[in-house]
Amino acid sequence: MKTILLATALLSVAAVAQACGTFTMGDISIERAWSRASIGTDRPGVLYLEITNAGAADDALVGILTPAAGMPMLHETVVTDGIASMPHAASVLVPAGQTVALSPGGFHGMLMGLTEALTKGATFPVTLTFAQAGSVDVTVDVLSLRAEGPGCDDAK
Amino acid sequence: MTGLRRIQIGLWIMAGLATLAYGALTLLPKPSAQTEEAAFRPVFALPDGGGRLRTTDEFAGKFQLVFFGFTNCPDVCPTTLSEVAQVMDDLGDDATFVQPIFISIDPERDRRLGIDAFTQAFHPAILGLAGDARETKATAASFKIFFAQEETPEVADGYTMSHSSALYLIGPEGDWLRQFDYGTSAADIQSDLNSRF
Repeated sequence: MKTILLATALLSVAAVAQACGTFTMGDISIERAWSRASIGTDRPGVLYLEITNAGAADDALVGILTPAAGMPMLHETVVTDGIASMPHAASVLVPAGQTVALSPGGFHGMLMGLTEALTKGATFPVTLTFAQAGSVDVTVDVLSLRAEGPGCDDAK
Repeated sequence: MTGLRRIQIGLWIMAGLATLAYGALTLLPKPSAQTEEAAFRPVFALPDGGGRLRTTDEFAGKFQLVFFGFTNCPDVCPTTLSEVAQVMDDLGDDATFVQPIFISIDPERDRRLGIDAFTQAFHPAILGLAGDARETKATAASFKIFFAQEETPEVADGYTMSHSSALYLIGPEGDWLRQFDYGTSAADIQSDLNSRF
């Protein structure tokens, strides 16, 4: 019984660690990659994450690719005088030594043409392409439809 | 007393009266911007997901938490719906005093995608409404909100929507009470509501 409990505890820890993983390529590291459960596949999914540039030179996220969506794209929510619009973002600048977040109400990946519904508790891979660092593969956690943040702070 | 002197006194009296009258006019309460705002009563008459026409009158006596958006929106709208869902959960029994209403500003596509599936996924209390183009325009004008279709060739269907992103609080008498700007926390909305019950 004790062994089972211990095993369960270890598994949970492993699950949490994996759920809030860090993915690194050169000076760029990605943390807290999350998405929301989708309602079927007709509406776009979303991608949020944090990018840290530990290097001495600026870099920029220039593309996202994922088998989870046929048409993933970078967008930015801009609220001007109370009006929200969502222009396409060609790239997201990550200045040297800084952390930039794709987060609710700001930059985000818009995952159009979902290949299957995103369900809470699932994960999916995304390849991020940076102008300098090249490509990095990250695992994205699908949280509840009502999630408002990555919920990883305890794991850090 | 000469005639001239009488005229002089008469003129002074008239000048005094005029001054009093002017003073009274200046000091009289005028309808202020605030009273005008309180008298502003936005209305809607829009079909729900089942096609039944729903109007403002139906919610008399309740606080209405009204917001505008579109279901094809990946970022702002789910965030606002999540906030509203959280408010409804946190209100507990007081939730019966509040009717959250999501009004589509992209009604044709939202009716096709299903507005109920969207609102219900966040909270069963949220009523989703989607009219036709004319009804939607009339509602937006009544609430004094902005929305526009933005041609965006690279996205699905070739467009996205921009829209007023605040939450509007309508009182039990139908008066516009205030707005909560996008990003106002569920806790702040809830404490404002609690102060009004």
